[in-house]
Amino acid sequence: MVFRTVNLLKVLEISFLLLVVLTVSIAVSLFVGVTDIGIFRGITGLTRMEKEIIFSIRLPRILFAGIVGASLSMAGAVFQALLRNPLADPYILGISGGAAVGAIFGILIGAAVLPLGIPGLAFLGAVLTVISVFGIARTGAQLRSNTLLLAGVIVNAFFSAIIMFLISTSTSSEIHNVMFWLMGDLSLATTGEIALTGTILLAGFAVLYAYARPMNLIVVSEETALQLGINVEKAKKILFVTASLLTGVAVAVSGIIGFVGLVIPHLMRMMFGPDHRILLPASFLFGASFLVVADTIARTLMAPSELPVGVITAICGAPYFIYLLRKGRGY
Amino acid sequence: MAIMRADKVGFQYGQQWVLRDVTFEVRQGEVLGIIGPNGSGKTTLLKILDGILEPREGCVWLRDRDISQTGREVVAKAIGVVPQDYSMYFPFSVEEIVLMGRTPHLGLLRFEGQKDFAIARRAMEMTDTTEFSQRGMGELSGGERQRVLIARAITQEPQILLLDEPTTYLDIKHQVALFQLMKMLNKKENLSVIVVTQDINLASQYCDRILLLKNGRFFSMGPPSEVITSENIQKVYETDVLVDSHPHTGLPRVTLI
Repeated sequence: MVFRTVNLLKVLEISFLLLVVLTVSIAVSLFVGVTDIGIFRGITGLTRMEKEIIFSIRLPRILFAGIVGASLSMAGAVFQALLRNPLADPYILGISGGAAVGAIFGILIGAAVLPLGIPGLAFLGAVLTVISVFGIARTGAQLRSNTLLLAGVIVNAFFSAIIMFLISTSTSSEIHNVMFWLMGDLSLATTGEIALTGTILLAGFAVLYAYARPMNLIVVSEETALQLGINVEKAKKILFVTASLLTGVAVAVSGIIGFVGLVIPHLMRMMFGPDHRILLPASFLFGASFLVVADTIARTLMAPSELPVGVITAICGAPYFIYLLRKGRGY
Repeated sequence: MAIMRADKVGFQYGQQWVLRDVTFEVRQGEVLGIIGPNGSGKTTLLKILDGILEPREGCVWLRDRDISQTGREVVAKAIGVVPQDYSMYFPFSVEEIVLMGRTPHLGLLRFEGQKDFAIARRAMEMTDTTEFSQRGMGELSGGERQRVLIARAITQEPQILLLDEPTTYLDIKHQVALFQLMKMLNKKENLSVIVVTQDINLASQYCDRILLLKNGRFFSMGPPSEVITSENIQKVYETDVLVDSHPHTGLPRVTLI
């Protein structure tokens, strides 16, 4: 018999294929926007202004969308594995709620004038939330997945109440910014933020990929993983911290972009199977492509005004998710 | 020669001692059955033997090493476990599950090579699971799934095989097939086998020695003919039974009265 399991060649093949998809998505997105630059102009030569638009305005934003999309989908894949719940998303531990409270607080007190003011506060909110969720769910030295899940849901609900309170009592004209942030906004990235999130993404990928095989076993059962020689508690801690960091950083700089981290790992699992040695790079690359395209749609659909990218991801993601649920035992 | 030894092992959940002062040896190359009523600490003992639970008292020796001081990857090379149940949250295929048995032999990043495939292939032939190697675990019957989990344990290339109530969900045909497979692995692969079971008659037919537990304590241990007596069963299970000799094997046979 021949094994059709994942091997290095297969990982490279699929990664290459998805890299082509990503490259095409980026290339097309460069030429789409409010200012109409035909894709053939890339061949016939661009004017100085067109170059400026493409390389100084669109390219950074596209890269940023890719980085955030990759971070969220990989974090989603990891949370789904660790919580052994295919419906988990990167925000399930309350990271989104915590970051949102931090960011909204920042927006309302005018912290936007400081460099990294809003992302800094959002990240602080995310970190404090994760720490408290882990604190709630910890029994002895162990982290129990179900308790963690419930703690995350409760904390998120609590933060929703605080967000509603802040919004409903505020008379600030900043409320529109708050709403935009809550639905995800990729338009405000600075070069520094892009470099920072990009570095964290690559480092995060390296750490997560080293634990791809242990994740396969943990998904089957923690006892099986232990029994097959994995130091489960250590692996879980490293994976939770890395995935939370990826999510926290992404949320801090781009707001809450829903569905990417839920749907992309799902879709990749359906296409390439549940082995994390392929699932992680696939989620990375396809998550990046998906958010690049979604953001391009967000900035062009109602041009010259922009939609929050979260609106687009939810409009694409929710029906797909309903389809998965209706299909019965979807994973 | 002892391949494993439990030395005055005890374990408590909360204030409740579920296992206390249990001492015994597992001999190289034997099939050891662990029996006892519900709640007598059988499964807890199995987890302690594998080092997944750390005993509150005493310790477990794997040859000359204290198992609680031994790295998980070292234990995993020596002991393979066939769990009672398999949860199916994600759609792994049979061959993927079997290959997971290679984990203790591979580095974190290494992919399986030809040698690993050969070992897994052989394990699947022995357990008769080759024909559905590409199917998802969720599409199999209980008996097929059990065989896949045994194939994974064999792929692990352990010296000791632990089975936790492997016949719980099986009909009589598959119960017998499973114990025969276990016996075959014991003979051909020279595996020492420890099996926890509720089926006293199967234990009697297939085990070299039997450990009988009562309320978390050692009650009796020895060959089936010494341990499975109507007196012992009455004392431990508080049930009157008839114990006679099996007409074919001469081994003790338990009949409810």
